[in-house]
Amino acid sequence: MGLRAAAWAMALGLVGAAPPPDGWGVTPLPDPRQEAAARRLMHELRCLTCQNQSIAESNAPQAETMRALVRERIRAGRSPEDVRAELIERYGDWVSFRPPPRPDTWLLWAMPVVALGLGAVVVRRLLR
Amino acid sequence: MTAVLPPIPELGHLALWLALAAALVQAVAPWHARLGQAAAPAAAAQGLLVLGAFVALGWAFLVSDFSVELVTANSHTMKPTLYKLTGIWANHEGSMLLWVLILALAGLLVALMPAPLGPAFRARALGVAGMVSAGFLAFLLLASNPFTRIEPAPTEGRGLNPLLQDPGLAFHPPTLYVGYVGLVVAFALAVAALLEGRVSSDWARATRPWVAGAWAFLTLGIALGAWWAYYELGWGGWWFWDPVENAALMPWLVATALLHSIRVLETRGALPNWTLMLAILGFALSMLGTFIVRSGVLSSVHAFAVDPTRGLFLLVLLAGLTGGAFLVWALKAPRIAEGARFAAFSREGSLVLNNLLLLALLSIVLVGTLYPLALEGVSGRQISVGPPYFNATTLPIVLGLAVLMGVGPLLAWKRNPRPGFVRRLWPPLAAALAFGLIGLALGLKTVLAVLGFAAAGWLIVASLLPFVGRRRVPTFLALGTAIAHLGAGLALLGATASGALQREALVSLRVGDGFAVGGLEVRLYDVGPVAGPNWTALEATLHVSRDGRPVATLTPQSRTYTTPPMETTEAGIVGWRGGDLYAALGKPDGSGRWQIHFWIKPLVHLLWVGAVLMATGAAVAAGGRARMAWPGRARPLVSRPVPVPAE
Repeated sequence: MGLRAAAWAMALGLVGAAPPPDGWGVTPLPDPRQEAAARRLMHELRCLTCQNQSIAESNAPQAETMRALVRERIRAGRSPEDVRAELIERYGDWVSFRPPPRPDTWLLWAMPVVALGLGAVVVRRLLR
Repeated sequence: MTAVLPPIPELGHLALWLALAAALVQAVAPWHARLGQAAAPAAAAQGLLVLGAFVALGWAFLVSDFSVELVTANSHTMKPTLYKLTGIWANHEGSMLLWVLILALAGLLVALMPAPLGPAFRARALGVAGMVSAGFLAFLLLASNPFTRIEPAPTEGRGLNPLLQDPGLAFHPPTLYVGYVGLVVAFALAVAALLEGRVSSDWARATRPWVAGAWAFLTLGIALGAWWAYYELGWGGWWFWDPVENAALMPWLVATALLHSIRVLETRGALPNWTLMLAILGFALSMLGTFIVRSGVLSSVHAFAVDPTRGLFLLVLLAGLTGGAFLVWALKAPRIAEGARFAAFSREGSLVLNNLLLLALLSIVLVGTLYPLALEGVSGRQISVGPPYFNATTLPIVLGLAVLMGVGPLLAWKRNPRPGFVRRLWPPLAAALAFGLIGLALGLKTVLAVLGFAAAGWLIVASLLPFVGRRRVPTFLALGTAIAHLGAGLALLGATASGALQREALVSLRVGDGFAVGGLEVRLYDVGPVAGPNWTALEATLHVSRDGRPVATLTPQSRTYTTPPMETTEAGIVGWRGGDLYAALGKPDGSGRWQIHFWIKPLVHLLWVGAVLMATGAAVAAGGRARMAWPGRARPLVSRPVPVPAE
């Protein structure tokens, strides 16, 4: 557990709950439900020093640091979306594999409906 | 040493220029009244010349002629001979040459085979293929010359990226390229048909083996790539929605749609314009894939801007060829007679819905792949479009397709099903229910995963139904369809199970430590050095047991290659209950602990079995047709219904 992480833990009032010897980057959370939530989130966050790999999959040191951060936050009772927002604020939208719902991504998110709708119109013409 | 080598690379370079000349003759001759006869010989000449150029480059790699820049950059004297040869296409220039070679050999094949639609039609199709060839040969010669020399020649090469020194990846590009070239031939036949205004069942019959062959090779090529990523990268997955993967998936989606619509055209004479449009679209997306992978646009729009020569060349080629073809389609399609009509719940109706769903998938993958590039180009903002987006948007459509695949082959051509048809669906429905319940019992957590199991059960049983209670010997086509659909069902089951039921642990261990995952105990027994021909490695020995009884021993490695210096992860994989136990070894943390990433991947083998069955099914379906078309054995199809004339 790095100095910065320790400082965070102190700020969050977690001192006393001793961190595991190897740090949260490679130690699952004791509560299985929290661990499952943390793991789901880790699969959706990009390892910034790797090529198209999530922090759940990567061996890179930076991925380990980010996993530790995710687990600490989840352990402290923060919601996964809250943690995602914090990481996006720190590293930018690029860190999240799920594109943000924003005015400039509406076409992306509407694509399945647009494609099926346009297709249905074409099919109606073919079946006419 | 280099001084005494014969000037083989220059001969290869010359052969490429002559091939370009032959391709230009091939492209121009069919549109000229007297030169029309020249297209087939020109195609044959082009095929032999490009083959000569390829052999010349292969020779340079084999003898390690480091005066050739490409050999220096990608080879090494100590490299195993197999990878010296596969190194020919493990780089930009060589892989483009391989692409052109396969296209030229396809042209040679077309020129030598009988012309089922007449010599004039064949000449025009060869003319279109010649334009594609000429474009790519010009790209090779002007922007990607593989024969460039360097002076003075170095005495040793820089070696090949060790991730590429692997049988899975060595044969992944040639397999995919055969698929792409099959789509180019379908494209050429489609444009020729548009220009002649002749789109018939005969055209579909002559074109379908090319489409089926292309589809089989694309399927195998994509599966090889996924398999390579699975065992070589050590990330525990086989599909990452990476733009390079999507670039190969998009032509496959169109080829799948085309394979089904061309069947409608062949059997019933319906959907002519739609089928031609798909043939052009399939080619357009293989071109787009080539552009995405080869231009450097992927890493960032800015990387593309740094050296835009190659990217721009490909973009102009792409725009010219596909733009021209779509223009011809727009001008000529309205004059082609409308196809035969059919009821909504007929076989044709199900195939139209199949096409709709596949093209919706295509739109999602296309937009999802290009959106980050477009957004960065327009606003400078960087976003990631990754698995959460693609899984959420595509998987429901994939499930819909699986349901449709089960019911489609049971429907009758032209008319709605008779009353009582629904009774035939009881067995697959029961299987769907059973698979869903088994999945729940095994611990599936999400609705989507349970539906995935159910859809797989439905499809596996439904794909066998057309043969139940039938005495007649099935046609090659029906048999091939059933095999391919069964393969898709198995692949769906393997994909769902290996994803949703996987167990995973990422831990840090000292030698002697252990951990528990998914009912198994895993112990780090030892870590020691091992050595290979051009690498050294640290190898961990993991003992896996269940209730005290040994199950498997895994030996993941962390390898260090010498030329070029590079570290790779060699996963330790052992098959277990139709799936895999999978482990990757990370770096030591300096205090005697080792990072171990361990996965249980249930039923993942079904994915590879499914892919092989899909390709086999396509080959069986095309094989029957090829046999019919073979000269001297031509005979009418027994089961083909009389086509209804177009109105």
